[in-house]
This record gives sequence, structure tokens and C-alpha cells, in this order.
Amino acid sequence: MGGLSLNYFLYLLQGMGWTVALTLLAFALGGLAGFLVMLARISPVPAVSRATAAYVQVIQGIPVLVILFIVYFGLGILEIDVPPLVAAGLSLTAYTSAFLGEIWRGAVEAVPRTQMEAAECLALTRWQALRDVILPQAVRIATPPTVGFLVQVLKSTSLASVVGFVELTRAAQVINNSTFQPFLIFGTAGLMYFVLCYPLSLWSRTLERRLNVGRR
Amino acid sequence: MSAVVRLRDVHKSYGAVEVLKGVSFEVASGEVVAVIGRSGSGKSTALRCINRLERIQSGMIEVCGRRVDDAALDLRALRQEVGIVFQSYNLFPHLTIEQNITLAPRRVKRMAQREARELAAEMLAKVGLSEKIDAYPEQLSGGQQQRVAIARSLAMSPRVMLFDEVTSALDPHLTGEVLRVMEALAKGGMTMIVVTHEMGFARRAANRVIFMHMGRVWETGPSSILSNPQTPELKDFMANEL
Repeated sequence: MGGLSLNYFLYLLQGMGWTVALTLLAFALGGLAGFLVMLARISPVPAVSRATAAYVQVIQGIPVLVILFIVYFGLGILEIDVPPLVAAGLSLTAYTSAFLGEIWRGAVEAVPRTQMEAAECLALTRWQALRDVILPQAVRIATPPTVGFLVQVLKSTSLASVVGFVELTRAAQVINNSTFQPFLIFGTAGLMYFVLCYPLSLWSRTLERRLNVGRR
Repeated sequence: MSAVVRLRDVHKSYGAVEVLKGVSFEVASGEVVAVIGRSGSGKSTALRCINRLERIQSGMIEVCGRRVDDAALDLRALRQEVGIVFQSYNLFPHLTIEQNITLAPRRVKRMAQREARELAAEMLAKVGLSEKIDAYPEQLSGGQQQRVAIARSLAMSPRVMLFDEVTSALDPHLTGEVLRVMEALAKGGMTMIVVTHEMGFARRAANRVIFMHMGRVWETGPSSILSNPQTPELKDFMANEL
């Protein structure tokens, strides 16, 4: 027996690095796609809004793990070779886009309707009104839940372990397969997740408090 | 005098409820018209139809020669001619007073920043708030915010100004400062349609009063009709105003 050797610890740290990388990838691409989802959801064209609502419902109604299997194995059957990182990135991007799209739509709709009215009465276009009047106010409302959701994305990256992508959880499994110290290994991995997530949660709560003070 | 705003037989319903039941009136250039009436008489709705915040079911509305009821109307062109001030000010809370005033001139008229700031200063001087140019809306009183809202509208040099119960959210003291700004505007020759409960303003500043009742123009005439109403409904309304 004995503790966690330095090599194993470094291996876990490396896995942690990939967890962060996958999170950032999913968040960046998912954020971009989520912004488009939000724009489509508030579109005055009913077909666009409804089609996007369907997309959101489908993604939100399927476990991320199943999305991941569909992308990884499904595309594999179509003889499209999908590396684990790409499969995990795509799945988490879809997941993130649906949730962020809805969070941001909620934030946009939380800005009083009269603000859009006032902007349009000053002859601004809908797009100008959105950019200069609505979105800056919506960003303030959306920031705490967005940071909060980042925690969910980060934890969801552990699912990538099942397609063999060596992020933190997969790294722990690999080590455990040779050392058989599950409590120690997964405990350490859990602590590493916590170290990443807890500051984000705190930050989210601070932002929320600041927002509430701002609104009185 | 040519009519700047013309409504003919305007009908407007929300679902089964008919709010405007054939409203017709005209407002000439430079005229100040006070629209009075009970809550639910349709006066605010009529005003909102003029710059097409509300669509009408039938009838005709013309503003500066543009048919507002025409589906192909250039809405942004209309709104450069028509300014509106709301009961709830609707300033943009994340922007300074200067930015509130200059946003539309800069975006819509492509005005340069320096020129726009000078314009903002000029408009703020008109409403007596020059020193507030760098403040945020939340730092201002209700009356001050409403005066900024007026300045913001004026910055687009509209040909008609609409006022939708702009003093209803203010206490009497703050009401006075807003009404003084509006009276100065009226003296300056601005064409104004003012939906209001302020009979004092109607008496002092309006060339003409329109009394609306149950979705119709019930009585109209010079402000003297307030002292000498012809219909029992206006008589009743005035009795309750005192």
C-alpha cells in the first residue's frame, strides 16, 4: 500500500488539465451556439423561434451521455472517424448551447419590454436596440446563472471518460485499474473537481449579490 | 395650416373589446392638443396608434403625409418624425444621461460623437438639467428623469411630440417642473398631442382639448370647454376632477 505516488498525482493533474480544456472548449463553442439559439428563440419569425425551441427541447430531453454515444458510436457506424475529444466536445457543445440559449433568452426577456419600445420609438432598428439597449442589461442579469451553469458543464466533462478521453475521471480510472485504491484515487479526483468548481460557485453567488444590490 | 396628424374613423380592438370606436381628429402644425378622459376611454391607445405602437383594425391615420395604417409604412422614417414620452420615462438605466440622449442621433443619424455631445448639452439646457449630463438615470428624481426623456426625444428633432400621461407617476411638486418644460416647448411652436389628467396644463397650454369617452371623441373645442362643457359626460368628468 502507501499513498499516491508523485507520478500518479501528476497523471491526475494532467487529466485535470484536459478537464479544464474540454470545459473551455464546450463553453466557448456552446456559448457561441447558445447566443445563436437565444437570437433565434427571440426571433419575430415564428418558424425560426419554434424550430429552435424544438432543438432545445430535444437536447434538454436527452442525457448528455446518450448524446455522446450517438455522436461517438453513431457517427462511427457511418464510417466517420470521430476522435474522443471531438465527440465529447460536440456533445457538450450541444448540451451547453441548449441550456445557455435558454438562460440568455430568459435574461433578455427579463429586461422590461418598455425598453425595446422606447428604443424603437427613437427609430433604432431592432438589431440596434438589441445591441445597445437590451443585451447590455441582459448580460448583467445573465452572468450569475451563466457562471453557475459553467459548474454543470465542468462536471459533465467527466462523461467523456466513457469514450476513452483521458480527462480527470478517466485518468483516475486508469490509475485505479493498476493500484486498486478507489477511495484514495477517486477521493483525490473528487477533491480536484471541487477545487475547480467551488470558486466558480462562490463567484456566481457574489455576482448574484452584486446584481441584487444594483437593482435594490 | 396643414394637418400634421390626421385620424379618420379609427377602430381598434383588443380581442373582443373595442377600445376605439371610430375616432377622428386632426392636429395642425404648431398646435397643442390636450386629450383628456377617464381611464379606459381610449385616449392612450389613440396616442399609441399614431406612432404605430399599436396596429389599428380599420380607419386611416396619417402623420406628416405618411399613411400609418399602411402595412408597407417605413416605420423608422415615421418614428424620426414622431417623438413620444411615456408615463414611466423608460430611460436606459445602463447609459449615462448623455448616452441616453445621443444613442439615437448617433445610430440613426450617424452623428459624430462630439457633435452628438453638443446636441445633448443643448437639449439638456432646454429642460434645465445641464449639470446632469454625466449622471445615470437612477441618480435622478422622477421629474428629472422625465425631463431627460423629453430631451432624448427632442434630440431627434421630431415634427410632432406625443406625451402619454407623462406626469401621472410624479408627485405634484415634480409634476410642476415637467409641465413647465412642456409649456415652454408649446410656446416654441412644437406640435404636441398631450394625453393628460392635468387640467391646469390643458387650460394654460392647449389650443384645443379633445375629451374622449368610451372609445369616441365625445367633445372637442378650445380649452374654454373645460369651464363650459356641452355634454353631460364632460360636465360629469370635470366635476370629478375638482
